[in-house]
Amino acid sequence: MTNDKMNITKNEWPLWEVFIRSKAGLDHKHAGSLHAADEQMAIENARDVYTRRMEGVSIWVVESKYIHASDPGESASLYDPANDKIYRHPTFYELPDEVKYM
Amino acid sequence: MPVHSFQEHFDSLIDREITIEPKDWMPDDYRKTLIRQISQHAHSEIVGMLPEGNWITRAPSLRRKAVLLAKVQDEAGHGLYLYSAAETLGITRDEMYNQLHTGKAKYSSIFNYPTLTWADMGAIGWLVDGAAIMNQVPLCRTSYGPYARAMVRVCKEESFHQRQGFEIMLTLAKGTEIQKKMAQDAFNRWWWPSIMMFGPTDAESPNTEQSVRWRIKRFTNDELRQKFVDVTVEQTKVLGLEMPDKDIKWNEERGHYDFGPINWDEFWNVVKGNGPCNKQRLDARKNAWDNGKWVRDAAMAHAAKRKAREGGVKAA
Repeated sequence: MTNDKMNITKNEWPLWEVFIRSKAGLDHKHAGSLHAADEQMAIENARDVYTRRMEGVSIWVVESKYIHASDPGESASLYDPANDKIYRHPTFYELPDEVKYM
Repeated sequence: MPVHSFQEHFDSLIDREITIEPKDWMPDDYRKTLIRQISQHAHSEIVGMLPEGNWITRAPSLRRKAVLLAKVQDEAGHGLYLYSAAETLGITRDEMYNQLHTGKAKYSSIFNYPTLTWADMGAIGWLVDGAAIMNQVPLCRTSYGPYARAMVRVCKEESFHQRQGFEIMLTLAKGTEIQKKMAQDAFNRWWWPSIMMFGPTDAESPNTEQSVRWRIKRFTNDELRQKFVDVTVEQTKVLGLEMPDKDIKWNEERGHYDFGPINWDEFWNVVKGNGPCNKQRLDARKNAWDNGKWVRDAAMAHAAKRKAREGGVKAA
């Protein structure tokens, strides 16, 4: 069974993550993923799959195996350092009413 | 901080309408159910290109041809969004193709019916895509993030599909006597399979309750089917066509249209592989896959060769 599985997927084109800038001035945003043999094909496939209605002015592709992600199970400790620092937000500070703009 | 089991944590995310993402812990059955549902949905988009592909070269005008091409291309795109959503659950693309080609995975039975006339392009867009939209809109809020995001894309694109179908039906219905007959005939043939698309009755679908609990499904089959019947009856009046079901009748008390009995024997027969085009559809997919093998292999060989060459230049 495992052998069968390996035979099936052995020649699968690699998986790529696609990021698209929807218009000039905005960040590239993750759009989805697709399979392609190389980076050129990944960009061309991304154009056909994710920008059929002018959704993008720029495309990035990254082979999925190069994406490293944080572990949701460790979220509590990972974000802990930011958890108790409310003084990083402007609303922490009280200003006298006379100060109109700041 | 209280210690929760994985299961409790998962349940609390579901209860609070928080989206589940690929790296989150999830129960095995949730994963399996999603893989089955999403891949089946993807297969339906891909196989769904075939009945319409039949008419691209025979579309009655250049405008109709361009529109049909764009619609079929969208369906390929929808299949690809959904396959990649399913892949985030740990199944490979090739495994999914293999399940389709060996008959292990199903696709929507509606695509096992033949497209006999140009009016079928109208009926498919209007009814089949209409029913699909009814099903898909609630899925934009489904609990699994990649699936929900894929569905948002799909739904944005799908509404043109239904409108172009309705436009074809309207043009034919307002045309010559023969054209009107053609529209009515297509309506008659596609109506029942379309309302079967929502799946067995609630009493006959034991998995619905769990799927609703997991927010994989947001409405039951019967709820969606009723909604579809209600809007379609009204649209039929605009077309000036006759409902193929003589039992359609407004029910004041329920605030819905009643409809006649569905032939579930036919439904199960087509699901089991005995519909008019099951073999033809599956053969078309298998042939495309087998005959495309040399292209896939050549692309990989080319990529490997280029990489080696570039590596060589850098090393020198």
